[in-house]
Amino acid sequence: MRYLTDRKRAQGLGSGRSGTHHHWQMLVSSAALAVLVPIFVFTFGLGYGGSYEEVLAYFSRPFPAIVTALMLIVGLYHILQEVTEAIEDYVHGVAGKLLIVAASAVSYTLMAAGLFALVKLAL
Amino acid sequence: MADVNRGNRPLSPFMIGQYYRPQMTSISSIMVRITGIVSLGTAFLIVLWLLTAATSESAFSVVDGLMRSFIGDLLMFVLTWAIWYHMLGRLRHVVWDLGYWVEVEISEHLGWAMFIGATVLTILTAIVV
Repeated sequence: MRYLTDRKRAQGLGSGRSGTHHHWQMLVSSAALAVLVPIFVFTFGLGYGGSYEEVLAYFSRPFPAIVTALMLIVGLYHILQEVTEAIEDYVHGVAGKLLIVAASAVSYTLMAAGLFALVKLAL
Repeated sequence: MADVNRGNRPLSPFMIGQYYRPQMTSISSIMVRITGIVSLGTAFLIVLWLLTAATSESAFSVVDGLMRSFIGDLLMFVLTWAIWYHMLGRLRHVVWDLGYWVEVEISEHLGWAMFIGATVLTILTAIVV
């Protein structure tokens, strides 16, 4: 006699042990980035390639600064989820866990450093 | 959970190697993952560039000079392609998640569309920027 439901049997399996929240976050950030990436690529691209003074002036304007800040936050969050998923699939045990911690540290550090640079450029 | 087989379950063979021939569905999916991971490096370059711009002109000219050298341009071209490809690939995931275009034949067409679309968008970016 089996007392377990099929759902209970499947719960906690899979490489990430849980997945629906992660999956939903990927859908949300993917949809957001489908709008943000084209805006960012061309906005950043227009500021990229100028002289030092031109770059300073360009990124102190609100629109380029806000678009770049948004991209740093949403983009790096999305990339972190992407990298985490890859680690969960291929690296297991303690090594996998530590790699996910490291990837999170790198992503959030890049986010903070980039935002700091933007604030300094904009003000 | 005594009745659950926890070890000894059959595993499917890894998708790259002798067991599967390369297919548009698998290759286009693998490329989404690769371009996603590569974009962490792109983010590093962009943050480094912004940080040096916020620090000093001499620091900026070193990093900006490297990124705008011939090799740097080539690298930025490839990295831009990766961003566009990943965006199109993730857009395909959104469409799939909403329940559309999941048929194999349409997915294969979408795979081609991602490769061609990313290339067109990258060339467009290089022209505009």
